[in-house]
Amino acid sequence: MSPDAPKDSARFPRPQRPRFAVALEHALEALIRLSGVSAILFVAAIFFFVLREAAPVLVRDEFSLAQFLFSSDWYPTSANNVRYGTLALTVGTFSVTALAMALAVPFGVGAAIYLSEFCVPRVRETLKVTIELLSAIPSVVWGFVGLTVMSKLIVDTTGAPVGVNILNGGIILALMSVPVIVSIGEDALKAVPDSYREAGIALGATRWQLVYRVLLPAARNGLLAAVLLGVGRAVGETMAVLMATGHAVHIPSSLLDSVRTLTANIAAELGEAPAGSDHYRVLFLTGTLLFLITFAVNLTADFVVRGIRRK
Amino acid sequence: MIRVPRSRMATLLSGLVAAGFLSACGGGGAAKPTATVIQNKGSDTMVNVAQRWAEEYRKVAPDVEVEVSGGGSGVGIAALLKGAIDVANASRELKPSEAEQAVRNTGKQPKGFTVGFDALAVYVHKDNPLSEITLGELGELYAEGGKTTRWSELGVKIPGVSDDTIVRVSRQSSSGTYEFFREHALGNRDFRLGSRDLNGSKEAVELVGSTLTAIGYSGMGYATPAVKMLKVAKAKGEPAISPGVASVHDKSYPLARSLHLYTLGEPQGALKAYIDWVLSDAGQKIVEDSGYVPLSRGAAPKP
Repeated sequence: MSPDAPKDSARFPRPQRPRFAVALEHALEALIRLSGVSAILFVAAIFFFVLREAAPVLVRDEFSLAQFLFSSDWYPTSANNVRYGTLALTVGTFSVTALAMALAVPFGVGAAIYLSEFCVPRVRETLKVTIELLSAIPSVVWGFVGLTVMSKLIVDTTGAPVGVNILNGGIILALMSVPVIVSIGEDALKAVPDSYREAGIALGATRWQLVYRVLLPAARNGLLAAVLLGVGRAVGETMAVLMATGHAVHIPSSLLDSVRTLTANIAAELGEAPAGSDHYRVLFLTGTLLFLITFAVNLTADFVVRGIRRK
Repeated sequence: MIRVPRSRMATLLSGLVAAGFLSACGGGGAAKPTATVIQNKGSDTMVNVAQRWAEEYRKVAPDVEVEVSGGGSGVGIAALLKGAIDVANASRELKPSEAEQAVRNTGKQPKGFTVGFDALAVYVHKDNPLSEITLGELGELYAEGGKTTRWSELGVKIPGVSDDTIVRVSRQSSSGTYEFFREHALGNRDFRLGSRDLNGSKEAVELVGSTLTAIGYSGMGYATPAVKMLKVAKAKGEPAISPGVASVHDKSYPLARSLHLYTLGEPQGALKAYIDWVLSDAGQKIVEDSGYVPLSRGAAPKP
């Protein structure tokens, strides 16, 4: 406290809060601002460090970015011809994600519509708790389910020789993304003003017409954001797909083929790659690629969400 | 002289103590800590036998704890090169480049001990009528550029299967088994992509056991009733040999390999005692019980 403080308050005789309260408020404000900004710092720092680990390989003569992106030959430990092509891994990631979304979107959006428009409050509470529980299951447990239950089921029903494949990984990922889609989708539908519903009913629309003609168009952006966040979840998932997709590097030709995803490949190989080796750096570069993919997906989701807020 | 009380502190510090003990008391010889942890990591092929060693060794030397984990020979060696562990298990030999890296990182030359042998068995499902295979056929199956994709091309008819596409089961690239197979069965050619690369010797055998059209390779200690080990011939026309103790010792089985422990520098103190014990009759008995081939009598440890 400065010595001339009493003089100040004498000159401005209006009632003042104690100085420490004001100072505390400022401190808290600064702290909160810092935590807000820190998120950006962390993201930037993570990107920087991942890229820094990867960068030296980019300037190596043996390394070609075109091969990295567009070749499907992944031979990181070859004795005579090392090749780092991640196309098969990228295709693996996208194929599993696409299947997961094909399954999760109808179920997720359907569940969101049911929760927000059709069901009675008591059922809604039970369902919401259950769906949130679904999202609390650790991914390694999903992996177990894929490896044991699902894989046997797939072999028995489809006659595939091996039960760990795109179908298995896709179903597991769908189960993991549905809760995300449901909770955000429901929020989006809830955000549609009730006046829309009242207007619809006043015009004589049935419940289904109301959903189909009024609510879905009105909540379109929010639902899209929900789907994109689900995609982000699916692209980034590691443990469950590592266990459920069969871990085979090749471009799949059917749903019953095994694939390897970008994430699973990093998880499986980083432990063995000597720190600082080309293999190690290429794995970090794969991480950068993955980061860019999820970043693009999340950014799209974010723009879409902001689109709704503006409305 | 390092004396550490047996307490939680001892457990926490024991890693340090073990390392410090090796370097600081190397000349002393008389120093003996009361609790020591030996960190042991590496080959999935050896993880079972290494765990049994650790359990049995606790009875022999209750003050020494051996912590064992798997991950693959490459993972163990990478950890040893960083100085993170005391002993690496490896089902392949250390490469010269890795030895150089160890010297660069830690200033110590890695030292290897052959602690047993293993035959890398080629497995098929028990209902598969095939009984022997040549290295050439394995190459056509597994190596890049190989042509064999169906069992009918090997003259094999698998009962009750309409699609006889061969399901190739392989291992993740950090596995010593993977590298050994590449070197000795494929002549260092690369693997053809598209095999199912499993994270563990046991998992590979299990997948073969549950898949009629599968073929895979793994240590012979992992055989189960659901799979069949094939006899392997070096080339067409040569005798096909089944994996076993005798055929490994006389080197007639083409896919036999030695199992190693690697340490940084000459092992000292508790670590030396442990490795000596592993090489003793008691340790070798465990090698045999785990389904591997013990060192033949009078075989000296690898220099």
